[in-house]
Amino acid sequence: MADNQNRNGVAHDNGSHEEHFREKHLMLDPMPRGKMNEMVMDAMHTTSWKFWLVFGMLAALVAYALFYKWGVMILEGLGVAGVNRPAYWGIFLVNTVFWIGISHAGTFISAILRVFKAEYRRPFTRAAELMTTFGLIQAGFSIFMHMGRVWLSYWLMPIPNQRELWPNFHSPLSWDLLAITTYLLGSTMYLFLPLIPDLAMARDRSDGWRKTFYKVLALGFRGTEGEWVHLRNAMNIFAFAIIPVMFSVHTIVSWDFAMATRPGWSSTVFGPYFVIGALHSGMGAVVMVLAVVRGTMKNMKYFIRPEHFEAIGKLMLIISMSWGYFFFNDYLVQWYGGDKWTKQLLHWHEAGPMGWMWFAMLLFNVVIPWGVLWNRKWRSMPWLLFTVGLLINVGMWFERYIIIPISLTINRMPFTWRLYEPGIEVWLGIGTLAFFILLYMAASKLIPLIPVWEVQEGQMAHSLKKFGRETVVTVSELE
Amino acid sequence: MTTELKIPEYKLAEEESGKWGMVVDTDLCTGCQACVAACAMENNIPYVGEEDAAYGRSMHWIRTERFWEGEYPEVRMTDYQPMLCQQCGHAPCEPVCPAFATVHSQSEKLNLQVYNRCVGTRYCANNCPYQVRSFNWRDYQDPRLRPEITILANQFNPDVTVRRRGVMEKCTFCIQRIHKAQDLAKSEGREVEDGEFTTACAQACPANAITFGRIDHPETLVSQLAHSSRGVHHLEELGTLPRVTYLKGG
Repeated sequence: MADNQNRNGVAHDNGSHEEHFREKHLMLDPMPRGKMNEMVMDAMHTTSWKFWLVFGMLAALVAYALFYKWGVMILEGLGVAGVNRPAYWGIFLVNTVFWIGISHAGTFISAILRVFKAEYRRPFTRAAELMTTFGLIQAGFSIFMHMGRVWLSYWLMPIPNQRELWPNFHSPLSWDLLAITTYLLGSTMYLFLPLIPDLAMARDRSDGWRKTFYKVLALGFRGTEGEWVHLRNAMNIFAFAIIPVMFSVHTIVSWDFAMATRPGWSSTVFGPYFVIGALHSGMGAVVMVLAVVRGTMKNMKYFIRPEHFEAIGKLMLIISMSWGYFFFNDYLVQWYGGDKWTKQLLHWHEAGPMGWMWFAMLLFNVVIPWGVLWNRKWRSMPWLLFTVGLLINVGMWFERYIIIPISLTINRMPFTWRLYEPGIEVWLGIGTLAFFILLYMAASKLIPLIPVWEVQEGQMAHSLKKFGRETVVTVSELE
Repeated sequence: MTTELKIPEYKLAEEESGKWGMVVDTDLCTGCQACVAACAMENNIPYVGEEDAAYGRSMHWIRTERFWEGEYPEVRMTDYQPMLCQQCGHAPCEPVCPAFATVHSQSEKLNLQVYNRCVGTRYCANNCPYQVRSFNWRDYQDPRLRPEITILANQFNPDVTVRRRGVMEKCTFCIQRIHKAQDLAKSEGREVEDGEFTTACAQACPANAITFGRIDHPETLVSQLAHSSRGVHHLEELGTLPRVTYLKGG
């Protein structure tokens, strides 16, 4: 390590030292604004035949697995799925919780890191926020699929009607619906606000239908001082406001389970446990998206560098450790409670026919992240982080699968115990995954994936100063 | 100087007594399943077919549970345990429905399921500790989709709704019979007498193991049986206030 050598007093050429800083840190490797704009526009406009091939395949998969299969299920009834008594909720709810979890990291990265002024966030806030919106769309699909009579789902909304029939606000599902709607609207606005300057940039650099598209979306942004002041205020308000919303959403999702009188579900620690679980899978997903964007899109190696993977890897390690704590807490308290049904359930988790899933969950969520992410060199490797992120996501999906259909198997009426076997919902789950990727691919060609103004702002704030022989990074407050 | 504070009387759910109740004598039950058949005919409960029934989708509102005691070869069968909706006074299924399809009847003190309000989230069934709710996984009752039930469709009870796919249902304590008896009594200007009518399962039971009636009247047969020393309530520790009493160990 060059900076270590320097600290140890080894003579070092200053020129190459600065070069090293530049290479490593995006914020210290400034480029003219025009050049960066060009690079981002170029990445947006360059589409290879491979892109269209994958895009077409995904579109076909969405049409078949999501819409056709869902249509079949609506016509036939939920009998074509694997839900039964006692596992009334199956993979639908697993996917709902999973997608809401994915959507969490987007806001976590952009809002919390923005509030705490973590500088490394700058190039990938947009990529993360997109995940929030698209993930929530899939969560919505999953929860509506699961309803027996989805064509009447508007009854869950408090729509004034002649008969004065309102939704039941005692039901955690009503809280859920309101929380998710709030989060979807809030996070979409929060995605849109920092996008305005980039849309204006794109508007000034394109023609044809794209020009019209960006013109409408950019809301006539010209970049005057007054506009920036308003935009900054709005972004600040949203960054602070969305954080409690984010925490509340997954807490409320956990209450769907924790409020029920079921062994294994009525656990008071479920709120924070689910929030941490959501961040765990969400961070894994962010890292996967970043690795793919960096690997497949043009000019992205400049914006997304190993330093970013390194920083996210550190966060992932901390979150994995917190998740381990909450898992242990949940397990220990339930076991110590001594309820005979809970005891049966815990035994069923580990030693039942799906016990392999329980052990795989611990391996993917705890053992592998802890084993890999402690090492700075390892966590700077995009492909390795992609793998770890993938395993964490599989592990977190397993965790939800264990909490929902596997735990539902054990209830207080042993006569009804019956294992859940997934049916059509496997297709529907694949459909939501394909739809998520499809939306993301479409977005990567329609909106600037890198917030250029944010990167430039960071680069202007950072500079290298020399104190004697030491080169020091300084950050100034611009706002 | 003292001021009399008038505090309105407030009753917790725990203090409210039920109106209709049932007693199941498990010492008398022979497990013949006549109640299951009678209930299905009275309440238009579909037969779901072999495959779905084996996969845990049978829709009986009352089922006869069998259990065994001990380890092989010292296995002994325990009593049969007919399980039906306990019509809880403090029912876990009620608060969780987001659409108000699972509500409590103020006048009859029963748990109601409003079929045409149900959107099928199945939360109530998850939260039912007795697992006695049945979900319409398919359109089991549509003769166009299932030609084999065309003849069965001719014996639907006209007093009871036929449910479609995606709707939750459960035992109603034969509320159509309750209403019929009440209407008759009202037209004759009297109260409903004990034993004047009963539920389909109680009517069909050859061993007279099931008794139904008013549990808020101390002189009725059902409330006397319910207060016998053999009476137990299932999962009473959850605070559900079940209105079905099981008699055991006679």
